[in-house]
Amino acid sequence: MKKNWPLWEVFVRSKNGLEHRHFGSLHASDEKMALENARDVYTRRNEGVSIWVVKSIHITATNPKNNGELFEPAKDKIYRHPTFYKLPDELKHM
Amino acid sequence: MKNKNLYNYILGIADNSLILGQRLGELCGHGPNLETDIALTNISLDLLGQTRNYYQYIARLHDKEKTEDDIAFLRSEREYINVLLVEQPNTHFGFVMARQFFYDVFHLMLMEKLQESKDETLSAIAKKAIKEVSYHFRFSSDWVKRLGDGTKESHYKMQEAVDELWRFTDEFFHLTEADKAMIEAGIGVDVSNFKEAYYIKVSEILTEATLSIGASKYFQKGGKQGIHSEHMGFILTELQYMQRTYPNMKW
Repeated sequence: MKKNWPLWEVFVRSKNGLEHRHFGSLHASDEKMALENARDVYTRRNEGVSIWVVKSIHITATNPKNNGELFEPAKDKIYRHPTFYKLPDELKHM
Repeated sequence: MKNKNLYNYILGIADNSLILGQRLGELCGHGPNLETDIALTNISLDLLGQTRNYYQYIARLHDKEKTEDDIAFLRSEREYINVLLVEQPNTHFGFVMARQFFYDVFHLMLMEKLQESKDETLSAIAKKAIKEVSYHFRFSSDWVKRLGDGTKESHYKMQEAVDELWRFTDEFFHLTEADKAMIEAGIGVDVSNFKEAYYIKVSEILTEATLSIGASKYFQKGGKQGIHSEHMGFILTELQYMQRTYPNMKW
């Protein structure tokens, strides 16, 4: 079965106003089945109001081998974080 | 009992959901893959949830103190009045989907009409159930189309299941005495009104699935009178095991 059905990545919006988040992956033969499977596998406990699916092969990813040059340099640049500002209480989801 | 006809009418609807839910439950952990396994179990749980609503309601109609569990677990085979279709075995995935599809088309039409019942509880149960049932129909009809219009083998197996189960579809539309009385009272749904629409819908989807429509003109009946196929005893043995072995046991 797995050798026939491609892998899909599932993104779920848990409520309106929030962004779609990566929830996991699953197998399905086409996009319609992928959406139905995602509904059954990832939203059965009332987790979502919207689902996106995309074939995993369409995702281009960074190579962990390059993590050093890609991500290490940002580690000591604390001034790039807005930690020096006081956020108003009304501001949510930051 | 205060209203024997109402009791039996609801029992007829609820027993279908109970036995089909039990049948699907047998597949838990045995689905063709993880995704379909979870989907089938979801449908099973939807059906068992609906069954509970019906049983809780009719438990109150009993003279003696009865619970939903008494109704679900402590009847003899002849006292279950589900249609024969829902007790048919999970021979292979094609059978599971054909059985589900034949049932879902009927179930959806029934829930649509039951929403208009004069009985407020029944109408409320139908309004809640219809969203679940709409999804069941979408799921099973998609699979019938996929398998029917799939590979040579999937087509063969789907056709085999359709041919085998077709003879159980007519029983949905048989009216019992309780059905007739409840239709008269504006509580029950006269299912014979949508028999034609049922076969049109089923034929439409089977045609889309490149499957031929069941040729059999001979139809099976008996479930609604409590006369079941040889499979029913085995289902009940498993379903009732805990209550028979440990009477009054609670979770």
